[in-house]
Amino acid sequence: MHDNLGLPGPVPGPAAAIRLVWVYPDLLSTYGDRGNLLVLVRRAGLRGMAVEVAGVNSDQQVPGDGDIYLLGGGEDLPQVLAARRLRADGGLAAAASRGAVIFAVCAGYQIIGAEFAGAEGEAVPGLGLLDIRSSRGEQRAVGEITAEVDPGLGVPRLTGFENHQGVTWRGPAARPLAAVLDGVGNGDGTEGAYGGRVIGTYLHGPALVRNPGLADLLLGWVAGPLPPVDPRQEELVRQLRTERLASRGATA
Amino acid sequence: MNPRVPPPRRPGLPLRARLATTVGGAAGRASRLAGRGDGSVIGGVIGLRLKPDLLRLLARGRQVVLVTGTNGKTTTTRLITAALGADGQQVASNAFGANMEAGLVSALARAPDAAMAVLEVDEKHMPAMLEATGARVVALLNLSRDQMDRAAEIWMLARRWRAALAAAQGCHVIANADDPLVAWAAGQAGKVTWVAAGQRWHDDSWCCPQCGSHLRRDGDHWYCGECSNRRPAVSWVLAGDQVIDPADRSWPAGLDLPGRANRSNAVMALAVADLFGISVPQAMAALQHVRSVAGRYTQASRRGCALRLLLAKNPAGWLETLDILAPPPVPVLLAVNAQGPDGRDTSWLWDVDYRRLRGRPVLVTGERRTDLAVRLEADEVAFRVVGGIDEAVDLARAASMEVVANYTAFQQVRAVLGRTV
Repeated sequence: MHDNLGLPGPVPGPAAAIRLVWVYPDLLSTYGDRGNLLVLVRRAGLRGMAVEVAGVNSDQQVPGDGDIYLLGGGEDLPQVLAARRLRADGGLAAAASRGAVIFAVCAGYQIIGAEFAGAEGEAVPGLGLLDIRSSRGEQRAVGEITAEVDPGLGVPRLTGFENHQGVTWRGPAARPLAAVLDGVGNGDGTEGAYGGRVIGTYLHGPALVRNPGLADLLLGWVAGPLPPVDPRQEELVRQLRTERLASRGATA
Repeated sequence: MNPRVPPPRRPGLPLRARLATTVGGAAGRASRLAGRGDGSVIGGVIGLRLKPDLLRLLARGRQVVLVTGTNGKTTTTRLITAALGADGQQVASNAFGANMEAGLVSALARAPDAAMAVLEVDEKHMPAMLEATGARVVALLNLSRDQMDRAAEIWMLARRWRAALAAAQGCHVIANADDPLVAWAAGQAGKVTWVAAGQRWHDDSWCCPQCGSHLRRDGDHWYCGECSNRRPAVSWVLAGDQVIDPADRSWPAGLDLPGRANRSNAVMALAVADLFGISVPQAMAALQHVRSVAGRYTQASRRGCALRLLLAKNPAGWLETLDILAPPPVPVLLAVNAQGPDGRDTSWLWDVDYRRLRGRPVLVTGERRTDLAVRLEADEVAFRVVGGIDEAVDLARAASMEVVANYTAFQQVRAVLGRTV
């Protein structure tokens, strides 16, 4: 299936290429999740960095030697199935213990935590790669979200769309990714979480599209300090950020 | 006509229901006169307020066909209406896509004497509308991701369909066997006619709706590697541009409407018509007269440029629409909004593969044109951003142009071109 990943042209793959692994697009790709992959490929390409991409379906083994792993959103049943298989597979946990970068969105964010709510609200064990627990809230959070990123990460404020019913608590080994300015996020005024090089967020789908700073954070964790991008190549994204933030009465 | 579905007896409407339809009808006319829309919803809203079970009363004694699915509802409803009306029968229908309860009420109230009704129904509302109308036939077209900010998740939707159809044992389901979610949803219905209507978009059916395992595909066939779930044996087949009927006769699916998706809609319509005793040649002759459906596929001229209007609302719809574009160098104008009816979340743009637009003139407009521009940039598609259709026509300077728009963007284009299209 995902042998055709919708990538912008062939990407050369020398030995030093960044290895991106898209985890279970057959179960965890509900709405535009491919966008995160395309943004990472593009922003690496703008700096002349080579990228290798592997899409791994739920009937395949998750390779342990990736640099950046992406997990997307999913409905309740696929989410439970994905968690069960990832636990049995062990590849993602092995990669995390090696220090690989993991970026997980929405259902994927909950999966990498210790526990989340299944289709009937029951507690389902997650992968425990991030010190969080999630359960189901009273109301679905649907709409634009704006949040100020933890200053330690040096990433401009987040803008995105959230669509979830999760409530997430952090343990001592996880820090909030951001403080909510507008929207719901984790439910306690914070949004997302990170610990080491593992990041999760409720900004769903193509979260990196409007947040190239977050994409660069992931790339920089793998490749070291990144050269700047030609501003002309970022003009449209900058405009999109400004428009979306302005629609919520915020500035970039 | 020799209906295989026996015609029920038609009782009259109670007094209060008659009053509710009269007042509602007047409101619909007033709404049309005031230019507030085509009047297909407001009348129903008022009627329902006066008489909450109005839909049940209006449907009573009629043979109701419900049509639902993510894509193709409005067109298929139109095709079935044309086929059932082929012998001069009056058929009630919500032809303009008002597909929730009020729209259904208006459609039935407008045609009090029609013994048959073909009604498009919103996917989420199908179970309730099935119960209220006591529909004899339900046509299930397809299920894929659409407007995730307000629509139900589709696995959940398939579960609700399955329960509703299992409960409606008198109902005859016409279902697309090539869509695993649809097939599963129809799996416990009392009577099903399976149609191989095709599935172009696979990205919502990689996994078995029954057990979650990875589905295997072998040509047109699909089956679960773990459980017994598999594609049912089909009675009707769309094979390229031929329709094969249950008697194994082959008929050319020669439509005026373009593309595979419409041939798929047509084979579903033929299977429904057959239930009512309408033969393939008789039905096909009626389908061929359908040229445009609520503005879709309409051709219009603007400043000397021949435009064709194409509606695409979600990734599966865009996939089918990109298939039918006139070849390069005909320019393409893409228009995207994110108002309520469109879904306020533009994430779906990232599920559409736009690389096929490389190497031809592409123009971009709509309230969310910047989102679209960023998407095209990532796919290395060259484009120009324009303020609207006239600027696009002036810039393109071509004899013809394809216009692809999502829901409210489509309505805005129609408004610019005048209500004639």
